[in-house]
Amino acid sequence: MINIKDLPDEELFTAGHTACPGCGVALVVRNLMKVLGKDTVVYLPANCLLVFSATYPLDAFKVPYLHLLFENSAVAAGAIRRALKRLGKEHVNVVALAGDGGTADIGMQALSGAAERNEDIIYVMVDNEAYMNTGIQRSGSTPFGAWTTTTPVGKKIMGKTEHKKDVMKIMMAHDVPYAATASPAFPADMLKKFEKAKNKEGFRFLQIYTTCPTGWRAPSEKTITLAKMAVETGIFPLLEYENGLLTVNYRPKGKYTLEEYLKIQGRFRHFTPEMVEEVKRWIDMRWKWIRTIEEGQKVVSGGE
Amino acid sequence: MSVSKVVTGNYAAAYGALLSRIQFAAAYPITPQTFIVEHLSEFVHDGLLDADYVRVESEHSAMSAVVAAEATGVRSFTATSSQGLALMHEVLFLPSALRLPIVMPVVNRTVAAPIGIWCEYNDTMPQRDSGWIQAYVEDNQEVLDMVIQAYKIAENKDVLLPVMLSMDAFILSHTVEPVEFPDQEAVDAFLPSYKAEHAHLWPEDPMIIGSFTPPEYIQEVRYQTDQAMKAAREVIKRVTKDFASAFGRNYGGLVEEYRTDDAEVVLVTLGTVTSTARDVVDEMRDEGKKVGMVKLRYFRPYPFEEIRKVAEGVSAIGFYDRSISYGSGGPSYIEGRHALYGLEIPVMNFLAGLGGRDVRVPDIKLMFEKLLEAAREGKAKKDIVWIGTRGVEP
Repeated sequence: MINIKDLPDEELFTAGHTACPGCGVALVVRNLMKVLGKDTVVYLPANCLLVFSATYPLDAFKVPYLHLLFENSAVAAGAIRRALKRLGKEHVNVVALAGDGGTADIGMQALSGAAERNEDIIYVMVDNEAYMNTGIQRSGSTPFGAWTTTTPVGKKIMGKTEHKKDVMKIMMAHDVPYAATASPAFPADMLKKFEKAKNKEGFRFLQIYTTCPTGWRAPSEKTITLAKMAVETGIFPLLEYENGLLTVNYRPKGKYTLEEYLKIQGRFRHFTPEMVEEVKRWIDMRWKWIRTIEEGQKVVSGGE
Repeated sequence: MSVSKVVTGNYAAAYGALLSRIQFAAAYPITPQTFIVEHLSEFVHDGLLDADYVRVESEHSAMSAVVAAEATGVRSFTATSSQGLALMHEVLFLPSALRLPIVMPVVNRTVAAPIGIWCEYNDTMPQRDSGWIQAYVEDNQEVLDMVIQAYKIAENKDVLLPVMLSMDAFILSHTVEPVEFPDQEAVDAFLPSYKAEHAHLWPEDPMIIGSFTPPEYIQEVRYQTDQAMKAAREVIKRVTKDFASAFGRNYGGLVEEYRTDDAEVVLVTLGTVTSTARDVVDEMRDEGKKVGMVKLRYFRPYPFEEIRKVAEGVSAIGFYDRSISYGSGGPSYIEGRHALYGLEIPVMNFLAGLGGRDVRVPDIKLMFEKLLEAAREGKAKKDIVWIGTRGVEP
């Protein structure tokens, strides 16, 4: 099992990129590339990562990458992998690094198709909960009540009126060989999931919580704190779906309250007590579902 | 030895892909293209074709898949029609600028609304600025021969552009004709395997394809793509000749002229209307009328010199169109006027067969009569003429 101390010194996603201070995406991609190694091809849709990692003629990636469009990451990555196999380059990993808008919204059709065909790729959803590259617009993955530039805090309507789309659950419904959520605040768990994804065959899906200080109106030094709080409050559960079974990798210990999590972020500044209650209701509902699945699995596999 | 079979245009297209030894195909059904990908799947499942065959979830994904596969370094193929091509529109601009030599037959079908499934060129014509080489074919033999030639042209180092092969819905796609199938060995000798030297995604030789690019660099990309399209003219002529010496069928290059030598008027056609027009030319010649025809084989790159040369020897010229740019005339006419700028002869446009309506012998005769009249008068009564339209005097 990979350990932080074992990570190679060599950077395949190098310094010099132009991500904002505290960007969760840059942090996650740097570590992911260390686990995946040199024999990797990256597909990037239109997103922040494309712009801050590689504006011609500069490039932070030390491996080949392809960018085509916004909504076709999963199908493009699948085609790259098939073509590499045909050319006898079976040892090369293919990874798509898409954002939440590029996954939960515009990329969903291609994602679903590739998952159903079990394309032999790693698909990473770097989830910063809005269209950040275009300037903080609401996506299907934006949480309830959040301010964005298309869900402003108005006199009549305050923030997003819908809850966050559960892409992990959608991927579970595709019965992919491997699907997991991870947080950079839990590096051992995250690296383990990177490694598992690397070593498995077929469609592998990772949803990574990636703090966006700019879009969340949060202090840039709170990137890891927020990633920790999101897990501890139960708003972003650490899960793994493998061989048809769901595993909860971490049970929130209540180290932080939901109110504390919301308070640090300007995007939730306008929250009323009723809105906080609505988020709590949603968290409880989701955990009830998670526990129901866990219990059901125990019954089917023959008791505790 | 080559063999002769009686097949549909769609079968000819699929067989052309088989003979071209494609390595990757993306498939999504749409009438009237569907048979192409169906036949391909049969070839793969029967072990005749060793290729990745991916049944994608949309035409947008089909084009995305072939672009990504070709960028990785394998010979790639897909096919579509109408709404499918419209859905691909966003993706079409990538392989031309990224210089990826994909080949795609498009079975020309009307784009809604109103929805229809019959032949019209309002699917391919709006894609003329996407950087694809665009060819129009006349019969099923040309379909098969052109798939093979298309790869040869596309993969030429001076070109490296994708090729769109336009073939008429039903008139070709679903109609059987005798087609000569060349030997695999002969095709292999004509079309060697694809070597992805300029673009590939291999960790041993890292390359960025599709980088985010500031204004300091994009204009040069546009210029180079334009140069490649211009260079394609000579390559097309050369490949046409090479194909003729290898397989005995000469399509003439960018255009094919028919009885234009001493013609007084000429009609520029494209697609299957060409066959009907050829008969009409013979018939009218027998009546002593000096009419000729030019089959426009390539719309991109456009054969400016060839069209100009023909027009310089005649008293009137007409352009047949199976689609319209509303308020401006048909695309072939618009392009033709551009080619003939400054030439003092009547230049006419004949719109017929839109939505898949049949274009019959009397329709084409009428086009020639209108041209002869314009030649006599030195001026056309109407520049843009709708033929066979209910309630409209042509």
